[in-house]
Amino acid sequence: MMQFLDDFRNGDLVRKVIARIQKTVTQNWVIMEICGGQTHALMQYGLDQILPPEIELVHGPGCPVCVTSLELIDKAHAIASQPGVIFTTFGDMLRVPGSQMDLYAIRARGGDVRIVYSPLDAVRIAQQNPDREVVFFAIGFETTAPANVMSVLQAQALKLTNYSVLVSQVRVPPAIRSILGAPGNRVRGFLAAGHVCAVMGYWEYLPIAAEFKTPIVVTGFEPLDLVQGILLTAQQLEHRQHEVQNAYRRTVTQEGNQTAQEMIERVYQPCDRKWRGIGTIPMSGWRLREEFEQFNAEQRFHTEHIQTHESEICIAGKILQGLHKPPDCPAFGKECTPQYPLGATMVSSEGACAAYYRYWKQDDENG
Amino acid sequence: MCLGIPGRIIEITSTESPRMCRMDFGGVIREVCLEAIPEAKVDNYAIVHAGFALNLLSEDEARETLKLLDMIAQFDDEEIE
Repeated sequence: MMQFLDDFRNGDLVRKVIARIQKTVTQNWVIMEICGGQTHALMQYGLDQILPPEIELVHGPGCPVCVTSLELIDKAHAIASQPGVIFTTFGDMLRVPGSQMDLYAIRARGGDVRIVYSPLDAVRIAQQNPDREVVFFAIGFETTAPANVMSVLQAQALKLTNYSVLVSQVRVPPAIRSILGAPGNRVRGFLAAGHVCAVMGYWEYLPIAAEFKTPIVVTGFEPLDLVQGILLTAQQLEHRQHEVQNAYRRTVTQEGNQTAQEMIERVYQPCDRKWRGIGTIPMSGWRLREEFEQFNAEQRFHTEHIQTHESEICIAGKILQGLHKPPDCPAFGKECTPQYPLGATMVSSEGACAAYYRYWKQDDENG
Repeated sequence: MCLGIPGRIIEITSTESPRMCRMDFGGVIREVCLEAIPEAKVDNYAIVHAGFALNLLSEDEARETLKLLDMIAQFDDEEIE
């Protein structure tokens, strides 16, 4: 039935496209895949092992769990600890270390922390528990924004007064700008995240590619998608081109899904956003518009007393900026493991440290 | 997090907001919100994230891409011969 999608895992074709990449490259190029999902796919299929050595992939900050600021994690913990609250979240957030603890610890102490698959499930929980405050931790990039804002619109339509969202919403284009504009930047080309672009299109990337003379290729998540994205980027780099190309045409168009963009626009407005380990990136986030302020968990719960404390060993911030790789960290695989993470990059199914922990072959890297 | 799963719409279950449907993900059936693709019909494919359909998935475009990649691969075979 979905045979045409399975074909994007055709190993024979993947190897042939890699052979073409090999013929294309005449010098070393650093390419960043923004999305943590792509980092995992690249390592899971061992593509990092069979790409020509001239292509160095560095891993970008596209992991919402990793970049959600410590202040917001601590706020989440403070809210989830309050009696009467049902705190709902995507499963990835449970083990993310805050300054003091994680959501598992709060649950162990009697906090009502529930994992939901969709933000609409959180709205349903609020409907079923009218005497409880239900809070949803609305983290995510542009991909997750439509689902998150839908939950707010749905709560409004149902006239729910016991539903609120703790928003940590981030956007890719300002992050790419920040990386390209940083002193010492090594990244020469980008794989843009396919599902972010399924929602937003790629019109926002055209001025970035032109301004920084950097090719950007919208790329999907299957092995063939990834090698195609890398091939197109390498071809552009070799020919000194800097276009935005679309290697994920089956679901991405230049204008994106305009219905979804209108929904986001209705509920959110752009704001400065602090990224964990990186710092504040101007206009890199979204927050609720004033007319939806009644759904803002930060207003509903008083959480001003928070004092953050970050691990002193963890280099997650440098990893998220592509300046270091996970094995460069002295704690990697020792004090820091997915079971006992020091930083969020070791927690998430999209974090670079977790990807290296699962798939990285030390001998291959050294040899 | 930005994981998107392709699936096929098997039944539209609500045409009022929020528009909902049931989708088949390789045998696993789940409820999905269709609010952002109101034009979607039964048997269409879509990419789904967090229970929300992000966009339609074009089978034609998928086949075009595969054809293009096949051509790239054949070009290499000819060079080797």
